[in-house]
Amino acid sequence: MARISLNALRHAYGPVRSDADYALKQIDLTWDDGGAYALLGPSGCGKSTLLNIISGLLVPTEGQILFGDRDVTRASPTERNIAQVFQFPVIYDTMTVYDNLAFPLRNRRLPEDRVDARVREIAAMLELDRDLTRRAAGLTPDAKQKISMGRGLVREDVNVIMFDEPLTVIDPHLKWKLRSKLKELHQRTRVTMIYVTHDQTEALTFADRVVVMQDGVVVQVGTPVELFEEPRHTFVGHFIGSPGMNVLPAEVSGGVARVAGHPVLDAPVIPAARRLEVGVRPEFVGFGTTGLPARVVRVADVGKARVVETRVGDTRVLAVVGEGQPVPDGDAHLVFDPARTALFADGWRVDAKGAAA
Amino acid sequence: MKTENQRAWFLVAPVVLLVAFNALVPLMTVVNYSVQETFGNNQFFWSGLKWFEEILTSERFQAALGRQLFFTFTILIIQIPLGIIIALAMPRRGIWVPVCLVLMSLPLLIPWNVVGAMWNIFALPDIGLLGYFLNQVVGIDYNYTRDPVAAWITLIAMDVWHWTSLVVLLTYAGLVSIPDAYYQAAKIDGASPWAVFRYIQLPKLSRVLTIAVLLRFMDSFMIYTEVSVLTGGGPGNSTTLLSIDLVKIALGQFDLGPAAAMSLIYFLITLAVSWVFYTVMTRNEGK
Repeated sequence: MARISLNALRHAYGPVRSDADYALKQIDLTWDDGGAYALLGPSGCGKSTLLNIISGLLVPTEGQILFGDRDVTRASPTERNIAQVFQFPVIYDTMTVYDNLAFPLRNRRLPEDRVDARVREIAAMLELDRDLTRRAAGLTPDAKQKISMGRGLVREDVNVIMFDEPLTVIDPHLKWKLRSKLKELHQRTRVTMIYVTHDQTEALTFADRVVVMQDGVVVQVGTPVELFEEPRHTFVGHFIGSPGMNVLPAEVSGGVARVAGHPVLDAPVIPAARRLEVGVRPEFVGFGTTGLPARVVRVADVGKARVVETRVGDTRVLAVVGEGQPVPDGDAHLVFDPARTALFADGWRVDAKGAAA
Repeated sequence: MKTENQRAWFLVAPVVLLVAFNALVPLMTVVNYSVQETFGNNQFFWSGLKWFEEILTSERFQAALGRQLFFTFTILIIQIPLGIIIALAMPRRGIWVPVCLVLMSLPLLIPWNVVGAMWNIFALPDIGLLGYFLNQVVGIDYNYTRDPVAAWITLIAMDVWHWTSLVVLLTYAGLVSIPDAYYQAAKIDGASPWAVFRYIQLPKLSRVLTIAVLLRFMDSFMIYTEVSVLTGGGPGNSTTLLSIDLVKIALGQFDLGPAAAMSLIYFLITLAVSWVFYTVMTRNEGK
């Protein structure tokens, strides 16, 4: 087990003519030993590429990977001693479920009694114990994916276990169960786990720390609460949370940020930026007697709260209003909680000192 | 009540008609000949199963069948493993893929009698490149027109040259359709190259290999043209395979009855063996 550091990692699948040819633009990241991480981002943002570089299936175009102090940039997956579970089930058709689970152990010449103990333990955990003697080819996709996951979990001494959207083919009710199993297993074994997903619920429930990626760049690393309360990038604000953060075009003058000409936030003096925006989560938007003039368009009841859709000029602003609180009709005034409202320059959050993050 | 749409029969009718005229009707004339005796003059007499008995008990037929089985078995034993090895060695991506594919397809594009003629000349001891080289440079007494062993070696070499490509192309198509994730998972699991072949590639290839074995069995069992041009069944009868013998009986001796009976036996053997192959090789699927 070791801490994994990625230094100035860049990767392109083809020849590089411009910066846009990189699937991974610039990654500097450290994965602490024993952490439960989620790698979150939309499809095509480079999550799987990053995962395959960590596991050794891909050699990065530039940069360096360290396991502890050892440079493993060019080492094979076997040398790195890692486990990886893929998006779609990969099983050895001609083998039984038992032999499938035992395969990674037998390839490493573990004594057969250890293999047996380990296979039975993992099979019991994944509820595959009744199918152990069956041929793997005839099972349902669910069961096949459980075998794939089992092969990833069966080795005890791995540096890291990586999951590449492993629950895509699994039934919803089973998804929740398997995720809690993984979490439980992580707490018991304290093996570093990296869980790739594009589903924020999966990421936020599994991980202690979430790495959010967009377009080959890591935009934020943080705990689920940090991502929710202090998104460093409008993308994080938008991607995490349901509904996502309101992002409104703004201008700054005289130390005040204004939306549609109306002051909403004290703002530091900031260097020239192409695009200024104010971001505020719907949960922190309320109604008042004074404030940003808006028009209520639609109210949707989502159970514990109501999502109110309003328009400021042509811009859509959502507000989440708790049960029992009044929702004005037609014209209204919006009030943003100043502690939860932030200014973003070219997408990146501007902190109090004026530096773009 | 469910009303069934009977119009489908009209759509099938043209094919049924076509098959009837190019397969069933000719086959029935063969059946007709096989149970009758003819004395010329278009006079036919019922002879029952006499020809079948005669063919099955004749040493000549048994010898030809033996040679045929030996030939088919030998080329299968060589072509299937060789085809798999070549397909495994071929590149999966890059500019060499089309080059390899074209090179592999070339032998398949040459007309069968030309293949026979090519090898006939190629292997001639006095003027052929191969024959001259073996005799004059290597110093082996190699003459396929005189020596049965040399004739057999030439025959098998020709068939391997001509048809291994088919196995290669089928296997290659099977190989490239295996998703990358399998190889990646195998790497992560620490599988050796042999284990990758044994547990991933071979199981995934089982379907195309079934087809390859079946096609090579049927084609080699019915081979006529190349052998006829290369050795004509000789020297003596040493390379007289079933089809060569059949043509000798039917067109050489004009024994229509025995020839027809032999055709039917030949046909039934091919059919039965193909069926057994297919049933055995697909038995494990779906379990």
